[in-house]
Amino acid sequence: MIPSKFDYVRPNSVDEAVAALKAGGEDSKVITGGQSMLPLLRLRLAAPSVLVDCARIDEMKGVKDNGDSVTIGAATTHWDVLHNDIVKTHVKLLADATATVADPQVRHRGTFGGALAHGDPAGDLPAVVLALDATMEIAGAKGRRQVAAKDFFVDYFTTAVGPDEILVSITIPKLGKGWGTCYEKFNRTASGWAVVGVAAAVKVEGGKITDARIGLTNCAAVPVRASSVESALKGASASAAEIEVASQSAAEGTRATSDLAADKEYREHLMRVITARAVSCAAGA
Amino acid sequence: MTELADHVAAIGRPLKRKEDARLLTGKTQWTDNIQLAGALHMAILRSPMGHAKITKLDVSGALKYPGVEAAYGADELGDLNGSVPCVWPVTDDMVAPDFPALAKGEVRHMGDCVALVLAGTAAQAADALEGIVVEYSALPAVIDMDDAIKDGSPLVHSDKGTNKCYTYKLQPQGDGAYEAAKAKADVVVKRRFVNQRLIPAFMEPRAVVASPMGTSGELTIWSATQVPHVLRVLLALVTGVSENKLRVVAPDVGGGFGGKLQCYREEILCVALANKLGRPIKWTETRSEDMMATHHGRDQLQDIEIAATKDGKLLGLKVDLIANMGAYLQIITPGIPLLGMFMYPAIYKMDAYDFSCIGVFTNTTPTDAYRGAGRPESTYAIERIMDELANELGMEPMELRKKNWIKHEEFPYTTVAGLTYDSGNYEAATDKAMALFKYDELRKEQVARRASGDKVQLGIGISTFTEMCGLAPSRTLGALKYVAGGWEHCTIRVLPTGKVELVTGTSPHGQGHETAWSQIASDTLGIPVDDIEVIHGDTRTSPYGMDTYGSRSLAVGGQAILRAGEKVVEKARLIAAHQLECSANDLEFDNGVFRVKGDPSKEKAIQAVAFEAFSAHDLPDGLEPTLQAESTVDPQDFSYPHGTHLCAMEVDTETGKSTIRSYVCVDDIGIQINPLIVEGQVHGGLAQGIAQALYEGAVYDSDGQLLTASLADYLVPGAPDLPSFVTDHTVTPSTTNPLGTKGVGEAGAIASTPAVINAIVDALRPYGVNDVPMPALPMTVWRTLNAARQGGK
Repeated sequence: MIPSKFDYVRPNSVDEAVAALKAGGEDSKVITGGQSMLPLLRLRLAAPSVLVDCARIDEMKGVKDNGDSVTIGAATTHWDVLHNDIVKTHVKLLADATATVADPQVRHRGTFGGALAHGDPAGDLPAVVLALDATMEIAGAKGRRQVAAKDFFVDYFTTAVGPDEILVSITIPKLGKGWGTCYEKFNRTASGWAVVGVAAAVKVEGGKITDARIGLTNCAAVPVRASSVESALKGASASAAEIEVASQSAAEGTRATSDLAADKEYREHLMRVITARAVSCAAGA
Repeated sequence: MTELADHVAAIGRPLKRKEDARLLTGKTQWTDNIQLAGALHMAILRSPMGHAKITKLDVSGALKYPGVEAAYGADELGDLNGSVPCVWPVTDDMVAPDFPALAKGEVRHMGDCVALVLAGTAAQAADALEGIVVEYSALPAVIDMDDAIKDGSPLVHSDKGTNKCYTYKLQPQGDGAYEAAKAKADVVVKRRFVNQRLIPAFMEPRAVVASPMGTSGELTIWSATQVPHVLRVLLALVTGVSENKLRVVAPDVGGGFGGKLQCYREEILCVALANKLGRPIKWTETRSEDMMATHHGRDQLQDIEIAATKDGKLLGLKVDLIANMGAYLQIITPGIPLLGMFMYPAIYKMDAYDFSCIGVFTNTTPTDAYRGAGRPESTYAIERIMDELANELGMEPMELRKKNWIKHEEFPYTTVAGLTYDSGNYEAATDKAMALFKYDELRKEQVARRASGDKVQLGIGISTFTEMCGLAPSRTLGALKYVAGGWEHCTIRVLPTGKVELVTGTSPHGQGHETAWSQIASDTLGIPVDDIEVIHGDTRTSPYGMDTYGSRSLAVGGQAILRAGEKVVEKARLIAAHQLECSANDLEFDNGVFRVKGDPSKEKAIQAVAFEAFSAHDLPDGLEPTLQAESTVDPQDFSYPHGTHLCAMEVDTETGKSTIRSYVCVDDIGIQINPLIVEGQVHGGLAQGIAQALYEGAVYDSDGQLLTASLADYLVPGAPDLPSFVTDHTVTPSTTNPLGTKGVGEAGAIASTPAVINAIVDALRPYGVNDVPMPALPMTVWRTLNAARQGGK
């Protein structure tokens, strides 16, 4: 790999990192695990002046149980996320989705926050935090701010994190009793990007679905909620047949792209099929 | 010395590979590891266009970058701009365009070489490419092969006036014979199959180091190549460096699959520039360069027609190919379809065969050998159409095969294509495979799932393949207009301490030659496997050879090892007889020890003989000192491995995703030297053949942009994408070589592709599906299924 020349700094705190980003000007970039940044550097699609390596900032690593929510440091590796007991117990949807990210080598290096801040529409984790109504903490020169997941993803590879800001942590509310979850990923090879991914959380009470949250991966420039399916599911019985009917509106509100893996028609078809499967799995149907 | 005589037969043992410790840990010399003082690093500016005039090229800007020593376009390079050679002019009137190392005024495929920079480091060279000013004026590109041969098509080489490279015909029974056979047929099935373009995607990218500072004044080139010997001849011819001053070394090489069977323009440039500048030149490609500039494979349109009686007896076969050459001809580009030409009739008996092939130029990367080279294409077409014929006839596809294949008692058998198959037992391999596969049970399950309307349907795919490997004898290759021969060389030296140097002209790039060759020599000499060192891949230490490709190394090179070993023993016998004071005929040789018949106390181990041959104090009169012998063997004929491959496929009719449930193959490659290596070769071949069926395909847009230019878009499957294979074998020794061996390097890649597609088609047959394009990725299968549901057949 021969990237363009860049400077490299490795701050020890979030404040130092913010200062380094500001000093580096608008061409400075954050790197943690490098699983998105290094390919860009290799292909010279990115030519940052400075790379600010946040992988060793203690505050940005690890998982904390807040009682009604869980906070995960942005620089926590996928591997550490998916093997964390708090995550496995209280945010199982995230653990399950993270287990599908690329391959073990990538999961050992890549980070949760890095995957979110990169804003790749085909990434698995944005749909999960969207479905779970997570909150992102972003640090900048003017201090810290909280951004809801629904406002975090702005466009292709563009998030609410400004050029001189850093995603520090992600806080995910715990789901209460009666919820089941499932991440259903449709991909062409095991380590490939999701052609379509569906993150589903479904609350079932007395055989009826009383609440549903569904995040879609790679169905638009940003992750989207399948709102009309969520509405249609409320009150439906937790049966495969009714779930399949409700899932027919999965493509509403999406903006499917066409690529080698799927054209628009096929991708919209997959949204319906995979949503039904994810919801059925989450509802135990 | 007798304790050394406890020799256990090495041939047939699944020994772990000697070379693996260093290969797996990387503690070895790959070409890119080679660091030479004063070396200049080469970076190449490649065309981003599929077809364009170069309206301006100014390399001077690159010279201003740090560390840059020189920059060249075609003008600056002048006479050093050698042309890439093609050594297989398949017809007398073949159109062979010039293929200069750096493009002269026009680029003809994405990745075509435009200019180069030499700098002190690889990073400096890469940076300086940005200083080159180049302007293109787009020309119309032609990508589609059918389009390329139409009148009025844009021309890849306008000076040639045509995109047709050649037209080749083979009618072994004469003109009209196929039509006569067809006239008697009750059923004729015709299909067009598309054998898509593949990218070799070996693990170690191409790399070259050329140094003019060899210890004896020679120019040394290290290259990640499969063919150091062939490369030396060609580089000498192209660059004008005297062949005896040119040393080519293939260090450990990380895979090739045919992609490193080449004389690449980058190799020519490194040699020419090192020779001119008097400094080492080094180049290692990036993966992106590899995807667009390493030759590609396959890419044929196959119109195939088969004629049969209503009870399933085959009468004739007609095959009309259009084969994509790409933008230029490389080493054996035009010959690849002809390597398949003889194999379309495969294991089947019939009366008439008719073959034609049109080679066409398009604005794509040149094609050439890729694992199987011609035979995967032919096997795919025949095994696919056998299933289609069975469907038309309402016959079980295996029953149709059994009805038509050559029976084991009929070997040797001369096929309708004119080849004489040495040996085989299709019945035995098939019986074993069907039992392992539980064929009948799966058929029952298939019936049940069809009846229940399961969303996931089960299909069973068959491939009863054969192939020809070990290209030889040389005179046959000459008759096909292939420039080189098909022989192989081996020298065996027993050193004074009893250790052995085995010099082979084959050149491994992952196959395990060092272990397997040691096993052959061990049994011949009676010397332990671990005492044998295999020397390869360096034209200074192994001056004669034809290298490694086409599953030839064992089938051909193994014979040279055996013969050289026998010659060593013959010479040792003379020395032993002299010293034991008996006639050579009175000695028996067993497990490395010569013993006097009837007086077993009088004995001499071959290691002791080696020392006597070295000291030469007491040799028979007239016998030369040293214990060594060489052999160059030109084989009697090809060898024809075969096997039965069975694939059970689950196809999700909602998403179109195909998942292999089980895969069983029983291969017959004759005598196995090392079953563990055989199993590894079969596994790797299966992975690549299945990859063609399900995952891989190089895609260009209409302007010639390679859309699958990275491993994110070109889907090389990993272990999680493949099932756990069940592999087994039968043993029908080859009758055309003394070891009884056949080749195995390509078997899996040749056999598996049609088994997989046949399985998908079989799963979807009730919906009216009669073909599925490759790669059968989910969207493709879903669309095929939808079309069949909507439009009937």
